[in-house]
Amino acid sequence: MASTDTTPVLEKTDRAGKAPSDTADVGAGLDALDAVTAHRGSIGQALRTKALPPLIGVLVVLALWQGAYSLHVTSSYKLPSPADVWRSAQDLWYQGTLFSIIWTSVWRGLSGFLLAVVIGTPIGLVVARIRPVRTAIGPVLQGLQSLPSVAWVPAAVIWLGINDQMMYAVILLGAVPSIANGLVAGIDQVPPLFLRAGRTIGATGLTGARHVLIPAALPGYLAGLKQGWAFSWRSLMAAELVASSPDLGRGLGRFLEDQREFSDMSGVLLGIILILFVGIAIELLVFTPVERRVLRNRGLLATGK
Amino acid sequence: MTTALTTSADAPGADAHGGAPAVRISHVHKSFGRPGAQTHVLDDITLDVAPGEFVTLLGASGCGKSTLLNLVAGLDKPSAGAIEVTGGRPALMFQEHALFPWLTAGKNIELALKLAGLPRPERRPEAERLLELVRLQGAYGKRVHELSGGMRQRVAMARALAQGSKVLLMDEPFAALDAITRDVLHDEITRIWAERQLSVLFVTHNVREAVRLAQRVVLLSSRPGRVAREWRIDLPQPRRIESSGVADLSIEITEELRGEIRRHGQH
Repeated sequence: MASTDTTPVLEKTDRAGKAPSDTADVGAGLDALDAVTAHRGSIGQALRTKALPPLIGVLVVLALWQGAYSLHVTSSYKLPSPADVWRSAQDLWYQGTLFSIIWTSVWRGLSGFLLAVVIGTPIGLVVARIRPVRTAIGPVLQGLQSLPSVAWVPAAVIWLGINDQMMYAVILLGAVPSIANGLVAGIDQVPPLFLRAGRTIGATGLTGARHVLIPAALPGYLAGLKQGWAFSWRSLMAAELVASSPDLGRGLGRFLEDQREFSDMSGVLLGIILILFVGIAIELLVFTPVERRVLRNRGLLATGK
Repeated sequence: MTTALTTSADAPGADAHGGAPAVRISHVHKSFGRPGAQTHVLDDITLDVAPGEFVTLLGASGCGKSTLLNLVAGLDKPSAGAIEVTGGRPALMFQEHALFPWLTAGKNIELALKLAGLPRPERRPEAERLLELVRLQGAYGKRVHELSGGMRQRVAMARALAQGSKVLLMDEPFAALDAITRDVLHDEITRIWAERQLSVLFVTHNVREAVRLAQRVVLLSSRPGRVAREWRIDLPQPRRIESSGVADLSIEITEELRGEIRRHGQH
């Protein structure tokens, strides 16, 4: 910007007696002109643009599946029809075990995930903000993310035996690094201006972390949480598949392995579909609304489009 | 570099305005970088802001005016010299509004009130009062992205005032605004400065803005920053940026500023 303004000269004299309401009126006029109005689409529009495409996608997959079955691409014991899988689901429903199987896994997955959040968050904070700690364990933490958590199962079984603790250990080993890494990435992306602004109003140390650093890092942190949930769920399924004990509640992974032992392919497919379904449902019901809310509040989401 | 750190006892007694100055900057030096490869940014700056005084710091880029403001705000430490601010940590406004986008306008102000130690029940009414002061009554629940640039700077002003400090530091706060909005905000800051009897140290590279606002304009030279000259502005407030009084003085100061800048082209 030039050092002198090129504002047109409207009056040549100082108007010391300018009425104060003049400025107020001009200011109010500017505010009215600059006001940002958010538009939101109708429910019908939202259904058409958001719900219809995935529905069509599912229908296409079902049609291909049914087509492959009808054309006898492979023997029907290897590839049962969608209707067979549906009947397996109905059987489970009539046995009254469908929900207990799903709930056993969801409960383990969610409580393990919450524990991972409690442990991963302080680790992420420390790694992000304390330079020597970051140099020491930052790379390891990142490397751990690429280690498939199923690799921990044998170790966890030897350490803890075949029980719930072992399941939780595997979940934590899978989810904690990704939650901590998400927080580190979120903190790295916080504009330094926010930290300076926070310090000038007195937000330093833990107060600063609580009121400025963590809320500013929230979008990255949420992305990490989302990934942490995916890791928790995957780790749990790996642990349930491998660990078999009558003392353990029967979850989805165990159900899947049981069906394999019975060579019941429609049961196996049902197991896979249920695992996928739960993973997607948790993401859509828990993470997507929170993420959208956070982004919309910060004006980072295009509204009404 | 060579100057010893002076203590407050070394400072001379009361100044011409009577009483201790709101901001006292004495013999401040600031260098960046490792010893041997240092950049000397500020060189022996001595400057007082009297209580209730409006001072603008003017200079070309590289004069270290933002560095000086950071030192006064306590965000950085001088290499040598001393800075005293009466009434604790001064409020600071940036060129960007720096409002927190995860909070509403009102909650941004309330966070500053909370950190200043105001009890919870008093925060909301005080935040509403401050919004009214910057003429944004009704903006309490607005998100930052729903406000225009001028409105954001006014909320930032309210948040700065919420700290309760009588000393307000402003780092080119209106530089990113359009001319009409800036004009309105000049009127507003002049009114609020008078109403609240603030001591303001205002950094800008806009000569007319400096003359429009200040009782005293301080010109800094560049690389390293030194106090080059000072002008006392006696034009009555509120002034208009287009008025002949402001224009005449601006021409004189611009000439001086150009002279300072020219010196750097000759080496």
